[in-house]
Amino acid sequence: MKYLDEFNDPVVARQLFAEIERITTRPWAIMEVCGGQTHSIIRNGIDQLLPENIELIHGPGCPVCVTPVGMIDKALDIASQPGVIFCSFGDMLRVPGTSRDLFHVKSEGGDVRVVYSPLDAVKLAEDHPDRQVVFFAIGFETTAPANAMAVHQARQRGLTNFSVLVSHVLVPPAIEAIAGSPATRVDGFLAAGHVCSVMGTWQYGPLVERHRVPIVVTGFEPLDVLDGIRRVIAQLESGTAALENAYARVVTDAGNVAAQQMVDDVFEVCDRRWRGIGEIPLSGWRLSARYGDFDAETRFDVGAIDSSESALCRSGEVLQGLIKPHECAAFGVECTPRRPLGATMVSGEGACAAYHQYRGLDVIRPTAVSGPRGDDD
Amino acid sequence: MTEPIDIGGWSCPVPLRGQDRVVLGHGGGGRLSAELIEHIFLPAFGCSPEAELHDSAVLDVGAAERVAFSTDSYVVRPLFFPGGCIGDLAVNGTVNDLAMSGARPVALSAGFILEEGLPIELLGRVAHEMGAAARRADVRIVTGDTKVVDAGLADGLYVNTAGVGVIPEGVDIRPSRARAGDVVILSGPIGLHGIAVMSQREGLEFGTEINTDSAPLHGLVAAMLAVSTDLHVLRDPTRGGVAASLCEIAAAAHLGIEFEETRVPVPPEVAAACSFLGLDPLGIANEGRLVAIVAPGIVDEVIAAMQAHEFGRGACVIGRIVEDHPGVVVARTALGASRIVDMPLGEQLPRIC
Amino acid sequence: MCLAVPGRIIDVGDDRGTRMATVDFGGVRKEICLAYLPDVGIGDHVIVHVGFAISKIDEASALETLAMFDELGLLDEGLP
Repeated sequence: MKYLDEFNDPVVARQLFAEIERITTRPWAIMEVCGGQTHSIIRNGIDQLLPENIELIHGPGCPVCVTPVGMIDKALDIASQPGVIFCSFGDMLRVPGTSRDLFHVKSEGGDVRVVYSPLDAVKLAEDHPDRQVVFFAIGFETTAPANAMAVHQARQRGLTNFSVLVSHVLVPPAIEAIAGSPATRVDGFLAAGHVCSVMGTWQYGPLVERHRVPIVVTGFEPLDVLDGIRRVIAQLESGTAALENAYARVVTDAGNVAAQQMVDDVFEVCDRRWRGIGEIPLSGWRLSARYGDFDAETRFDVGAIDSSESALCRSGEVLQGLIKPHECAAFGVECTPRRPLGATMVSGEGACAAYHQYRGLDVIRPTAVSGPRGDDD
Repeated sequence: MTEPIDIGGWSCPVPLRGQDRVVLGHGGGGRLSAELIEHIFLPAFGCSPEAELHDSAVLDVGAAERVAFSTDSYVVRPLFFPGGCIGDLAVNGTVNDLAMSGARPVALSAGFILEEGLPIELLGRVAHEMGAAARRADVRIVTGDTKVVDAGLADGLYVNTAGVGVIPEGVDIRPSRARAGDVVILSGPIGLHGIAVMSQREGLEFGTEINTDSAPLHGLVAAMLAVSTDLHVLRDPTRGGVAASLCEIAAAAHLGIEFEETRVPVPPEVAAACSFLGLDPLGIANEGRLVAIVAPGIVDEVIAAMQAHEFGRGACVIGRIVEDHPGVVVARTALGASRIVDMPLGEQLPRIC
Repeated sequence: MCLAVPGRIIDVGDDRGTRMATVDFGGVRKEICLAYLPDVGIGDHVIVHVGFAISKIDEASALETLAMFDELGLLDEGLP
């Protein structure tokens, strides 16, 4: 595929690894913010081939991981109500709420459907005027324009049977929270390339200034990730802290203005709880008052839900790079990918899930995890 | 009174205690399916927990030849997809399960569960395709059954086919026959069936020229057996894809498997579809492919025999069986790093993340 | 987040006022919303996320990046 294959070239990747090796003289901890980048790193084994003293800390950039438990519980409640067609991206179906997930609701007779695009949910609403269609509008800034268009179209077409359950999260406040934490070990950030293709890069300059950390806007293919890492290390080695765009073929400083305008109309900023981290002020988007009638939270009588997070879960500390997954007492014991307690074990991209998968590879990777082994598998 | 089933140790996401229903993942061919088999069916049917699970059962009926016996149910939606339908799937699928024991298929049964209101014309088309597939596979459908259920159930039509076949003397094919040093062979490009079906699924529709790879493989297996009756393992990577098959073999053989990702043939269109849906080709279903584990000494001849057969043209070596990391499947990525290929949990779903 | 892949626009249309496109991803085609890229057309390459084209791919920039990688490779080869 054009614009994919060229950026997967293993020969060039080796050259980038060699260059990284050449310029690295000291240990550095780099956080890739985006779950998609984490996926690329793990899937290609990039972290295995980097110099020993480069540590990659997997960030909270996976909307699946960080959607608050209370929001999942609301989704489950709505999906269980008669007459509802509950639409969601595939990732969300296995995310556990306090006691179950959307798959369970489906098994109990709930009409839960996976959609590829939010517009598919709008189409379902048009095709089933007798049913209430609810779309689970989660995601970072990348997904917000799509979700916003769905609401906009529903209004345009006069649909009274369509609503959205919104739980958007924003990247800059997350970086602020992590970089601003006194205990943080993150030396530099790979910013999320596709988030920036929508929002531009202008939000990140102030973060660089305030915290004196390099931030490099990075893509997702192996060569993109390696180039981002290379640039962060080059800055750290030379003592600079600047904003760089390593994904210029897709990202511009201003971003996608048309998308931003739609998002500004349909959503407004709000405080948001991040699963495993806690509340980060002004870190989310909810429906604006103008579109309040499409809000599933008000349209449906969502009962009093007693949402709870596990007291054992330390994913917040993992996300900040303060502890490694296997240093958590619950890792591999109470908490496994199949019975996850928190954000970082829920999704395949989460640090804990990734570590869990590799803990059996001690033989191949002697430097890998050697923590407590649980009963799970 | 039977013992209440303790699902405490199961691999269900999040405490399923109190949630005692079947979920879709139980049919996905992955860990959840395996647990249903291990915890519900095997004990109920009086099978030993260590029973060797394979695609078909080998029966000693007191005759010189052994019989292979298999069953499979087909619930695919949509009923008709690019290149095929539930009918030929139902024939080829069970023929292949028998072939994975090295058996020549002799006869099939066909049980239908029909939804009230299903157009007869549609049923006719399915039956026609089944008959045609059976003739192509040189196997007879000799008995069957039909039931009708209320409208709203059965997605139109479900089919079960059971099959019997005969295993030539000297053939002993099962996962525990794998040996360290054996070679892993794949019969051709992967992912075609799963992507073909997905391309028609409501909500995901996309345009593609991909057709299912559904095909009867007993002729290919016979060609391989002609080289040597001492094939160790055969498996057809259906639900759960090549990943599930390799994981199952590694677990059953208590050995490790290592393979090179770059050696696994993935058609460009399958790669493209997996790209925008966020799926792993290794986890996508195939209906006309097999994985073979054979001793290194016969590899070249087996590959040649496969490539000479219409359903084995793309046969290639992808990896080997190792003593290391028993039960674990490791892939070497294009960049030269290693990653564990895990057993898919349940269904593969398109992701945004 | 943000699984988004490159594709090429092979046709442009309209769905009740919303600009749509048929995008080709290496042989697989999907209907994609083009509303957020009013200036792109047939033949352009775009990045697509959940059924929406969110950015045009700048070919010149892509080539520049690849050329930069080539240069790095040449530099490395010169090292002992």
